[in-house]
Amino acid sequence: MDMDIRPAEGSPMLRKLIGLGLVAVVIGFAVFWFLTAPQSVPASALGPHTVDLANGKTLFDVGGCVSCHAPNKDDRTRLEGGIALKSPFGTFYTPNISPDPKDGIGSWTEAQFVTAMNKGTSPEGEHYYPSFPYTSYQRIAIADLRDLFAYLKTLPTVQGRARDHDLPFPFTIRRLLGGWKLLYLDGKPFRPNPAQSAQWNRGAYFVNGPGHCAECHSPRDALGGILSAERYAGGPNPEGEGWVPNITQKGLASWSVKDIAQVLQNGFTPEFDSVGGSMAAVVRNTSQLSEADRLAMATYIKSLEPVEGPLRPAKKK
Amino acid sequence: MRFATVFAVAAVAVVAFGATAVVAQQDPIAARKALMKESGKATGAIAKMAKGEAPFDLATAKQSFATMQDVAAKMPALFPADSKTGGETTASPKIWESMDDFKAKFVKFSADAKAAEGSVKDLDSLKAALGVVGKNCGGCHETYRVKKS
Repeated sequence: MDMDIRPAEGSPMLRKLIGLGLVAVVIGFAVFWFLTAPQSVPASALGPHTVDLANGKTLFDVGGCVSCHAPNKDDRTRLEGGIALKSPFGTFYTPNISPDPKDGIGSWTEAQFVTAMNKGTSPEGEHYYPSFPYTSYQRIAIADLRDLFAYLKTLPTVQGRARDHDLPFPFTIRRLLGGWKLLYLDGKPFRPNPAQSAQWNRGAYFVNGPGHCAECHSPRDALGGILSAERYAGGPNPEGEGWVPNITQKGLASWSVKDIAQVLQNGFTPEFDSVGGSMAAVVRNTSQLSEADRLAMATYIKSLEPVEGPLRPAKKK
Repeated sequence: MRFATVFAVAAVAVVAFGATAVVAQQDPIAARKALMKESGKATGAIAKMAKGEAPFDLATAKQSFATMQDVAAKMPALFPADSKTGGETTASPKIWESMDDFKAKFVKFSADAKAAEGSVKDLDSLKAALGVVGKNCGGCHETYRVKKS
């Protein structure tokens, strides 16, 4: 005998199941919404501060703002944006960060600037894409960010907004970056190592924070996050073409601290090869720093434990 | 002593360039890499003086700038269309996309090196000259060189 045991349309069992399903979806969305909420730094977190413009300029140079935001190589002061950054997720176009009140960051508060750099959140409360390297900038101290902001506001205003990013769906959904940040942003500022010298700590702060060296010199996973176990071990250039070298002692064993400081000063390796590609732009920035700061960065880099990085592509003979 | 130094440096340069000319016929990639290494060595010789790691020697300084001019003269011809890949070349495809601009870079390099050769007379003028000439290296490499591995 066949028994039709399916619940009839509109039966209490089915309605309950659908109801539970909807509740689960709503709860799930609420959890997602909560977890991916953009974080910000409130103005109340910023106490009294005396601006140091010279320090602001140092942060500007080591932070490398020019390389992404100033399309004219001969004018380091025009931060009009519009530079294309190709990535596996699409092409990003950098914004205008000149102090223009309408098209740049001129009308931002200090807290909004700190929030952008440390949390990757815009004044409108939206996530920035991590092509803006806040994963490194999160290490920069608030006092330094306030000096940097003050320095940026001394630069010329430039009018005109840059074009929007060119990304395929679903990377257009900024809210999803909240999930990405849960994985890759720890929100911690730089903590000096008391067992190391002041010079080493200065270098560690510069290299890991504003210098954001790891962003190019590390391999990344499928989601575009840095593989922390291979930090500084080199990999494919995230800006597109070529290979970025391993700068741990696996790659730089034969370089002295002075050799590393030299490349940051003028781009020359110990064999007087001249670095090219993206590193040439970096040298235009680090050459502006004091010799002491370059030596500090070199001291830190020389101390990086040797790490085997990803295999280089087979050399074509 | 100074004559011996000049003679030794000149002799090495002549042999190096003689060898390069032979290699160039058969293997432009190897030839251009060798020329770039010569340029690097020449740069190193004067950079060491500028850093105070070697005594200032006018003849060596002038020879370095002469070497650079020679390199700049020979390089443009070593990028035939069939040498884009192979031989572990770090030449960027952009070279063949903007060959005119690429060649212009060597004209400027040569001109800067020639001016430096004429102006250098002591350590201070050497440092100034090195600053000007040195910009050619990164300026060209930024666009036209890609480390592929």
